[in-house]
Amino acid sequence: MAKAQVKQLWEIFWTFLKIGPATFGGGYAMIPVIEKEVVGARQWVTPNEMTDVLSIAGSAPGGIGVNASAFIGYKIAGIPGAAAAVFGITLPTFMIAFILSLIFVQIEHNPKIAAALEGIHAAIVGLIIIAAFKMGKSAVFDKTTLILMIGAVVVLLTTGIHPLIVILFGLFIGIVCVSAKEKLGLQVKLEKEEASSAFVYPDYFIADGI
Amino acid sequence: MLWSLFLTFFKIGLISFGGGYAMIPIIQHEVSSHHWLSDKSFADAVALAGMAPGPIATNTATLIGYKTAGVPGAAISTLGMVLPSLLLMILITAYFYKVSRTKWVKSSFYGLRPIVTGLIIYAAIHFGFSGMGMGSVTWKTLLSLLITCGVVIGVMKYKLHPMAALLLSGLVGVVFFQ
Repeated sequence: MAKAQVKQLWEIFWTFLKIGPATFGGGYAMIPVIEKEVVGARQWVTPNEMTDVLSIAGSAPGGIGVNASAFIGYKIAGIPGAAAAVFGITLPTFMIAFILSLIFVQIEHNPKIAAALEGIHAAIVGLIIIAAFKMGKSAVFDKTTLILMIGAVVVLLTTGIHPLIVILFGLFIGIVCVSAKEKLGLQVKLEKEEASSAFVYPDYFIADGI
Repeated sequence: MLWSLFLTFFKIGLISFGGGYAMIPIIQHEVSSHHWLSDKSFADAVALAGMAPGPIATNTATLIGYKTAGVPGAAISTLGMVLPSLLLMILITAYFYKVSRTKWVKSSFYGLRPIVTGLIIYAAIHFGFSGMGMGSVTWKTLLSLLITCGVVIGVMKYKLHPMAALLLSGLVGVVFFQ
């Protein structure tokens, strides 16, 4: 590997490594920080490309921050670049989660910690409800999508089916519904109409949209 | 053990549409079918994962990996969760850049989005009841419900930072749940 290439990979790794902890405590908005670094400071991608990156990173499976890093890393330096970027963005959060696990195993049976976790447990249920609400706002906008949403909840609650199967089913049902509607000669609108001139930042922490 | 951790989280990473919360019931399903953790430990792991920065599903994977197989378990589970993102994004960038705007993909997402919304609603219900005493309504259940409502209102209406909401709820827990 040429020396210049190693230097570039190191630079990619280092840039994304710095982004992880920068968002700790100060909000989970990782995306604006990534944007500032790679569009502003380093000019690795243009603002237009960034909009594309975010829309693809937001719809592909996985965290949008990790996806955006892989995309940008690949654009700069191919597969090694993508790996360096993902490694960089994941390492700090991994270390923090890892340290939390170490501490947790030590104090798991402390009654104060157990009580705090019960409170946090209830709070996370609240955050999940918010995530559902935010996602529902963009996902459910006609009868078909409403039926699909309710159907998914009912099936999951009553049958004990593996949720993974429900997602795989979800990947195909849309195509089936759209072609059925077209055969019936119905108007099909595939996305909720919004003033979509500018990309709306999805809340990284509370997943918005897919 | 390590291989089955890797395989499980790789599979989950591959289909983790819609942010981490939709993945909680999937991870729970896998964890209980492999007998990796008890429901109580799982609930604790998710609560803790919510406190760390980064995607909650990946953090949960790290914690579960550590509790079941130590340091290698934590590393391998995280890798399993992140690797699909890396591979898929490379594939998309290299070959399918234009595919993402086609009608097929849009139709697929038209159906997938409400299904994932349903999955998140299910996650709230399922996770809400796991770790709690089923059936009997105690004052603890009521207080938990109050915390949940408080967080929803605080974050949505008063723009309370989710992290602050978690810390406050932890404090309320220490005061009232002991």
